[in-house]
Amino acid sequence: MEGNQLPCQASYMRNALFNQGYLDDQFLQLEDLQDEANPHFVEEVVKLFYSDSARLIRNIELTLENTPSDFEKLDNIMHQYKGSSSSIGAKKVKKECTQFQEYCEVENIDGCLRTFQEVKQEHASLKRKLENYFQLVREAR
Amino acid sequence: MAQNCEFLPCLDSNEVHVLAVDDSLVDRKVIERLLRITSCKVTSVDSGRRALQYLGLHEEEEEEEEGSAIYNEIKVDLIITDYCMPGMTGFELLKKIKGSSAFRETPVVIMSSENVVARIDRCLEEGAKEFIVKPVKLSDVERLKSSMVGQARIQ
Repeated sequence: MEGNQLPCQASYMRNALFNQGYLDDQFLQLEDLQDEANPHFVEEVVKLFYSDSARLIRNIELTLENTPSDFEKLDNIMHQYKGSSSSIGAKKVKKECTQFQEYCEVENIDGCLRTFQEVKQEHASLKRKLENYFQLVREAR
Repeated sequence: MAQNCEFLPCLDSNEVHVLAVDDSLVDRKVIERLLRITSCKVTSVDSGRRALQYLGLHEEEEEEEEGSAIYNEIKVDLIITDYCMPGMTGFELLKKIKGSSAFRETPVVIMSSENVVARIDRCLEEGAKEFIVKPVKLSDVERLKSSMVGQARIQ
């Protein structure tokens, strides 16, 4: 279903996600890859992102607990997580990831810890919003 | 890249077969879809090591034996690989492919989320056909596909 063919509620929510900066162009790219044969592609990719990235989040958490001075490791894991979030168009998430990596670069552990909280918040917030959005899309079919 | 189609059963020789290499599950799903939507056949693997295994190349050897290339049944028209991967990087994979007799003519495209000039130059100097900044778009893949089809291909 094309973005501009969505019924009112889903369409409204979709527009809000873009206008409020939660999603960027890459999400549109994914939508363009949907067709009648692959109508749920975006939802599948997003679901995959959330199931796959849970372990990356967990790994960062553990590293911050156990070896917080291993900035190289933190940066590596975050690089992977950022890459995936970028691939689904998660704009706010990506921004926090970049900030986290900047703190890794200057070895600022407090900055990392603070920013990681933001990463987790944006991660969870977008998850909720997208779950609601896909629910609305499904209900409309 | 001479493939002995007269000896071996050929899949639709008009279909471009791409080997995609990326350690990210999400990115593999996306690149697979991008390639399929542009009518390419895709094989995707999650590491450089598995890519070499698929191609029948060995990690340690510089060149495989003279004779083995003839029996190489793998027909790959394009290899597209992520740069940053644990174990073997995309750059290292590129070098191995370019160092092989069977696949040195196969175009290799590098993808990376980091737009670093030195990295791009290094890859191109080592023989990469192109360097694409992630996230990869449909227009990137369409452009690649049309440049492939434009090449003279042995039927």
